[in-house]
Amino acid sequence: MGAYLEQSFGLQNSLVFILSAVVLLAIVLGFVTYSIYFQRKILGWMQLRIGPNRVGPFGLLQTVADVLKLLLKEDIIPKAADKPLFIIAPVIAFVPAFGVLAVMPFTDKLHFADVGVGLLYYIALSGITVLGVITGGWASNNKWALIGAMRSAAQMISYEIPLVMSVVGVILMTGSLNLIDIVEKQKEMGMWFFIPQFLGFIIFIIAQLAELSRTPFDLTEAESELISGYHVEYSGFRWAFFMLTEYVYIFAMASLTTVLFLGGWLPPIEYLSFIPGIIWFALKFVAIVFFIFWLQATFPRMRVDQLMQMGWKVLLPLSLVNILVTAVLKTVL
Amino acid sequence: MSSSTKLRTEEMLLNVGPQHPSTHGVFRLIVKIDGETITEAIPVIGYLHRGTEKLAEDLNYTQIIPYTDRMDYIAAMTNNYMMVHTVETLMGLEIPERAEYLRVIVMELQRVASHLLWFGTYLLDLGALSPLLYAFADREKILAFFNELCGARLTYNYMRVGGVKWDAPEGWIEKVKEFVPYMRKQINDYHKLVTGNEVVINRLTGIGVITQEDAINYSLSGVQLRSTGMAWDLRKDAPYSIYDRFKFEVPTETAGDCFARYKIRFREMQESLNIVEQALEQFPKEGEIMAKVPRVLRTPQGEAFTRIEAPRGEIGCYISSNGKDKPYRIKFRRPSFANLQVLPKLVKGQNIADMVAILGSIDIVLGEVDG
Repeated sequence: MGAYLEQSFGLQNSLVFILSAVVLLAIVLGFVTYSIYFQRKILGWMQLRIGPNRVGPFGLLQTVADVLKLLLKEDIIPKAADKPLFIIAPVIAFVPAFGVLAVMPFTDKLHFADVGVGLLYYIALSGITVLGVITGGWASNNKWALIGAMRSAAQMISYEIPLVMSVVGVILMTGSLNLIDIVEKQKEMGMWFFIPQFLGFIIFIIAQLAELSRTPFDLTEAESELISGYHVEYSGFRWAFFMLTEYVYIFAMASLTTVLFLGGWLPPIEYLSFIPGIIWFALKFVAIVFFIFWLQATFPRMRVDQLMQMGWKVLLPLSLVNILVTAVLKTVL
Repeated sequence: MSSSTKLRTEEMLLNVGPQHPSTHGVFRLIVKIDGETITEAIPVIGYLHRGTEKLAEDLNYTQIIPYTDRMDYIAAMTNNYMMVHTVETLMGLEIPERAEYLRVIVMELQRVASHLLWFGTYLLDLGALSPLLYAFADREKILAFFNELCGARLTYNYMRVGGVKWDAPEGWIEKVKEFVPYMRKQINDYHKLVTGNEVVINRLTGIGVITQEDAINYSLSGVQLRSTGMAWDLRKDAPYSIYDRFKFEVPTETAGDCFARYKIRFREMQESLNIVEQALEQFPKEGEIMAKVPRVLRTPQGEAFTRIEAPRGEIGCYISSNGKDKPYRIKFRRPSFANLQVLPKLVKGQNIADMVAILGSIDIVLGEVDG
C-alpha cells in the first residue's frame, strides 16, 4: 500500500485505493452480518434454544433480512428532538469505527496504512465515537436516552484510561507504536505478549469489554433498567448505524487484541508456519469474538457505581503497577 | 465553588412503566431522580384491576374458582385452595385423604414453579439472559404435570369445594417422583451458575434492607418477612390441610436484603421438594377425591376467614355468607399488594439499577396487586 502512496496520482492507483477500501468495507460488513448470526446462534445454543434457522439455509440470511427490514422502515424523528444533532449522531459514532480499521495489520503484507503511531491513532479515533453516543442521547430529548448517554460518557472515560495504560507495557517492550512492529517484536521474542504482559492483557480484556459496552458492562443499553439507553428513540436505518458501529468495534477490538497480545498473524509454533498468516489471524480473532459472546450468555450486569469503582480503584492502579514493573524489568534485564 | 461556576442541577421526574420490562406487568412507578439517585418514588397501581371481589358476589362458589386463578396467575393452585378452603371451613366439610394429598403435591410443585419463574425474571432484571431460559425449561416440566392433571398450563381451575376435580392419571405419581431428584440437581446447578457470581453478590448484598420492625408494621409476609429473621410460615405456625404430617424447615435469614430473599427462595424450593417427596411416599393407593357435597353449595349464615402460605406470602380469603349459594361479600388478602407497599421506603436514596433489583426481589404479580 505504501508504495502506491509514493507514486504520482493517476487513474491506476486511485482505482486501487478505492477498490481496496471497498473490499475492506465488504469484509467488515460481511463480518458484521455473520457475527450477529454467530452471536444469536451461540446465545441460542447456550440457552437451550436453536437460534435463527428460518431465512435461508441454516438461517444464514436472517441478518440480511433484518437489515433489509431496517432499511425499509419509516424514518421517524421525534417531534421534540433536536433534528440536526439527531441526524448527525449516528454518523459521528459510525465514521471512527471504520476509520480505525485503516491501521490494522491483518498479515505482514495485508494492511492499509503503515502508520508509525498506529496504536495512538486507533485509541484517539475510537474515543470520538462516544461523542456520537452522547449527541444521540441528548438530541433524542428522552430521559432514558439521556441517562444512557451520561452513563456511556462516564464509562468510556473511566475505561479508556486503563485501556491505554494497559498497552503501555507492550509499547515499552516493543519500543514502537507501530502495530506491525509490535507483531514483529513478538516474532523476534518467540513469545506472544500475553505471557510477559499477562497483567496488561487481563486489564486490556476487561477494559475493552467496557469500551464495547458488552456484558457485564452493558450499562449504557441496560435493557431492564434503561429500556435501551441512548438509542431508545432511534429506529430504522439510523438505529442500524448504531448497531453497525457496535459490531464494527467488536471487529476492531478483537483485531487489536490479536495484534497486541496474541501475536497477530504468527503461528503458535514455528513449524506450523506453512499455514497462511491470515488463517492464524482469523482463528485468534474468532476466539476473542466468541469469548465476548460467551460472556454475554453468562454474566449479569454490574451496577454503575461498582463499575466506576472498578475502573478507577482497581484497573487504573494495576495498570500503573504493570507499567512500573515492565519499565524496571526492561532497564534491569 | 463560587456561585457563577456552580452547576445548576434539577430533579428529574421519570416515569417507570406502565410499559417497562422490569415492572413485570402493568405497574407504574413515578420516580424523582437526582442524577441516578432516587429521591422519591410513587407507585401507581390499578391498571389490571378487574373487580374480582365484586364480580364474585354474583357467582356461586364453584364459579368463583376460575377467578382466583387469574389473580396470582403465577401460582393459581394455591389461589384455588385459598378460596375453597374458606368455603370448606364455613361448611365444616371433611376432605378425603387422597384429595388432600393431591392438593398438597400440586401446591408445593406450584411453589417451586413460581419461585423458578421469579428466579429467571430476576436474573433478567439484573442483566443475565440465560438463567431465564433454564428456569423456564424446568418450570415447563411442572406445568406439563399440571396439564396432564387438569388440562391447563396456567389457569388450572383444579380444586373444588370438597376435593379436587380430577384424579391423578395413571403413572402421574411415578413421573413426579422422578422429577424431584432431577429438580434438586437443577437447583444445585443454578447455585453453581449464579449464586456464587461476584457480580450477583455485589449487586444484591446490602440492597433493599428491611428491618423486622418495618416488616411487621408494613404487614409484610412470606419471604419478605422471613428475610428479616422471623420464622413465620403458616404451614408450620397455623397448619392447614395436612401440613402437620410433613417434616420441613422454615428457611430464614437475618440480613433482610435482596440477597437474603434470593437465598430464602432457593431454600424454599428445596423444602417444597422435600414436602412433595414425603407426600408422594404417603400417597394413598385409592380413595375418593371428592367429599359428599350437595349439588348446590350453600354456606350456612356467618363468616369465615382463612389464610394460607402462598409462594408470595400470606394469602387470605374472607367470606361473609347470608345462607345463599353466593357469598354476600368476599374479600381477598393479597400478599403482593401488601408487600408492594414498602417499595417507596426501600428505593429512596438508591439508584435506578438498585430500584430494579429491589422491585424484583419483592416478587409481585400485578394480577394480584390490582385484584
